[in-house]
Amino acid sequence: MNVIEADWLGYVQLMLEGALVTVELTVYGSIIAFFGAFILGLAKLSPWFPLRWLAIVYIEFFRGSSIFVQLFWAYFVLPLIGFPLSALATGIMVLGLNVSAYGAEVVRGAILTVPKEQWEASVALNLTKFQRMRHIILPQAIVVMLPTFSNNVIELMKASAVVSLISLADLTFQSQVIRLQTGNTLLPFAGALLIYFILSLIIVYGIRRIENKMAEGLDVVRS
Amino acid sequence: MKEHDHTGDSMNAARPKAPSPIIEVKDISKSFGSHQVLKDLSFDVQPGEKLALIGPSGSGKTTILRILMTLETIDGGVIRIDGEPLWHMEKEGQLVPANEAHLHRMRTKVGMVFQLFNLFPHKTVLDNITMAPILTKGISRSDAKARAMELLDMVGLADKATAKPAQLSGGQKQRVAIARALALQPKIMLFDEVTSALDPEIVEEVLGVMRKLAAETDMTMLLVTHEMGFAHDFADRVLFFDAGRIIEQGPPDQIFRAPQEERTQLFLRKILAAGRAI
Amino acid sequence: MQWDWNFIYQILPTLWQGVIVTVQATLLGSLVAAILGLFIAIAKRSSNKWISRPVSSLAMFVRGTPLLVQLYVLFFVLPDIGILLSPLAAGVIGIGVHYSAYTAEVYRAGIENIERGQWEAAKACNLSSHQIWIHVIIPQAVPPMIPALANYLLMMFKETPLLSAITVYELMTAARGVANSYYRYFEPMTLVGIFFLLISIPTVILLNRLEKKYSRRR
Ligand SMILES: Nc1ncnc2c1ncn2[C@@H]1O[C@H](COP(=O)(O)OP(=O)(O)O)[C@@H](O)[C@H]1O
Ligand SMILES: [Mg+2]
Repeated sequence: MNVIEADWLGYVQLMLEGALVTVELTVYGSIIAFFGAFILGLAKLSPWFPLRWLAIVYIEFFRGSSIFVQLFWAYFVLPLIGFPLSALATGIMVLGLNVSAYGAEVVRGAILTVPKEQWEASVALNLTKFQRMRHIILPQAIVVMLPTFSNNVIELMKASAVVSLISLADLTFQSQVIRLQTGNTLLPFAGALLIYFILSLIIVYGIRRIENKMAEGLDVVRS
Repeated sequence: MKEHDHTGDSMNAARPKAPSPIIEVKDISKSFGSHQVLKDLSFDVQPGEKLALIGPSGSGKTTILRILMTLETIDGGVIRIDGEPLWHMEKEGQLVPANEAHLHRMRTKVGMVFQLFNLFPHKTVLDNITMAPILTKGISRSDAKARAMELLDMVGLADKATAKPAQLSGGQKQRVAIARALALQPKIMLFDEVTSALDPEIVEEVLGVMRKLAAETDMTMLLVTHEMGFAHDFADRVLFFDAGRIIEQGPPDQIFRAPQEERTQLFLRKILAAGRAI
Repeated sequence: MQWDWNFIYQILPTLWQGVIVTVQATLLGSLVAAILGLFIAIAKRSSNKWISRPVSSLAMFVRGTPLLVQLYVLFFVLPDIGILLSPLAAGVIGIGVHYSAYTAEVYRAGIENIERGQWEAAKACNLSSHQIWIHVIIPQAVPPMIPALANYLLMMFKETPLLSAITVYELMTAARGVANSYYRYFEPMTLVGIFFLLISIPTVILLNRLEKKYSRRR
């Protein structure tokens, strides 16, 4: 207990540094996941069979083999076959690629919720396929996606804790360091849980604000 | 009579020249699964003609409009618009299935108004109308807006330009939908039961717009409706559909006052009994 | 990098030990999640807000924080206050508690999906509240929940490699053990991935079928 009292400011700083790494992993991982989700979700809706099939294989592969297995595999095996990535890059990549697969289903599902009459009206107005997607379907679908995206981002952040096992100094890693240095178990883990929870709340409320802004644009939810 | 020659036939040149049809539907068949919805359907439409399609529900009226709008494919037959095949392309004298680029070009000639309006809920009234001209015809935003305001004025909704569809009544939505289709200046307009989702007291505000349109433009119009009174006043010719075929066609007076076919008589009697007076 | 079959035959028995623990942890964890989730769902529906509010907040906290840190709490903090759990017990409780916050949502949604009319009709038939639950609500609410619950079972299964962080001898621990002692990571890690795929993909296909079946029935 004494050690912690003596040096608690230093430990708080250590935790915050770890939290910063967690935020980094979450933000960059989410950016990859966001674009990946759209590419895969649209590919899965493609009328072109090989593209659809590729998307399905990707999605089922990443959802089917645990993210933790993927992380360990990427960390231990990739360097052996000639891809020496830093722990941070490995973490961001695996988190992004994995959550892409979950997001793809969200994108696909949301696009399918847009009534087919909207698509027909845009054909009647002679919009091209791209214009239909860009101006009619996606703006309506994204409002449906956002709440689930918010869950996806939280799951990504939570999964990011495993990078501590490949010796990346994230929030979880630092709480372990403090436990080892001080012998105190409760404070470091309680602190980590609290910070993770605050990050979750920020994600939920942040995305909800975007959602409300967009729903305002939609005015009233379609009946 | 059935064969039209668009390159100009010297044999016909001597006769008084009949204008070539803007729409030729020839032997169109269409099935959904094992259910054949259109059976060797053929008819022509002259430029500027106003056509009313009537008939019992399920007789294929919507389907033929949707085929003309390229929302539904065909199984057999040929449709020509302005002499050009709609669902085919001519390649070395042969007709081959159309590609997306061809369909895109053909769609510039046709516009459609739907039973349930199908406005875009995320766009304002003005954006609903200006979007397609800007995106598909490269018209400048300000020109598109000016034209949209004219159209809104015509349908009596100039004050609703910045409203969202959700803030409009059904009749207002349908008038916006009409303005939206008109903004692309199609030669042919298709109206599919545009008033049947509206409350009876609102129907007239939409029909009024269509009357004005019929009087003021020389657009070709195809109208599917259960409003027999309106069909009578509006149409140059009425087609009576039943079970995927045209059973009878002719001027409104003939179809409504002196139908020849038993099925037409039966249909009209039923409609009259349901309280829709001519 | 060579795929060495001999090496694989050599390590398979060790990995099999891990598989057994992985399966144990999944099944026991899901049992905890299924039962505890039910209590949470009931508590959340409670009209007493001194019960419903704290339980809701706690469930939200559990869902908003990483399972790994929760496992550390069970494994490192509890012994300090005199509660000694075996690694496997800590792991099972950790996974179970974490996912009970999710299964509770499934139960809640399943119950809320039953129309008011069903409650009213059952009351009109003069059934007791106990009879309403047994004969009207549960038979309608449970079948549509099955795909979602099974999906969480699969998720728990995929979380088990985390237990290696608290020294549970499950598949990942076994794989890392042999990898470290032979200095060969490729085969053990890949085998673990293949094992998860072999279980997950057929399950997903089955679940999709189930889901279609239930959504068609409704
Ligand atoms: N997408 C579809 N799939 C299957 N059957 C359809 C589809 N669209 C229309 N039909 C069927 O085709 C027939 C004709 O429909 P429709 O053209 O809408 O008739 P109408 O407009 O004259 O009432 C009906 O029997 C209808 O059920
Ligand atoms: Mg119809």
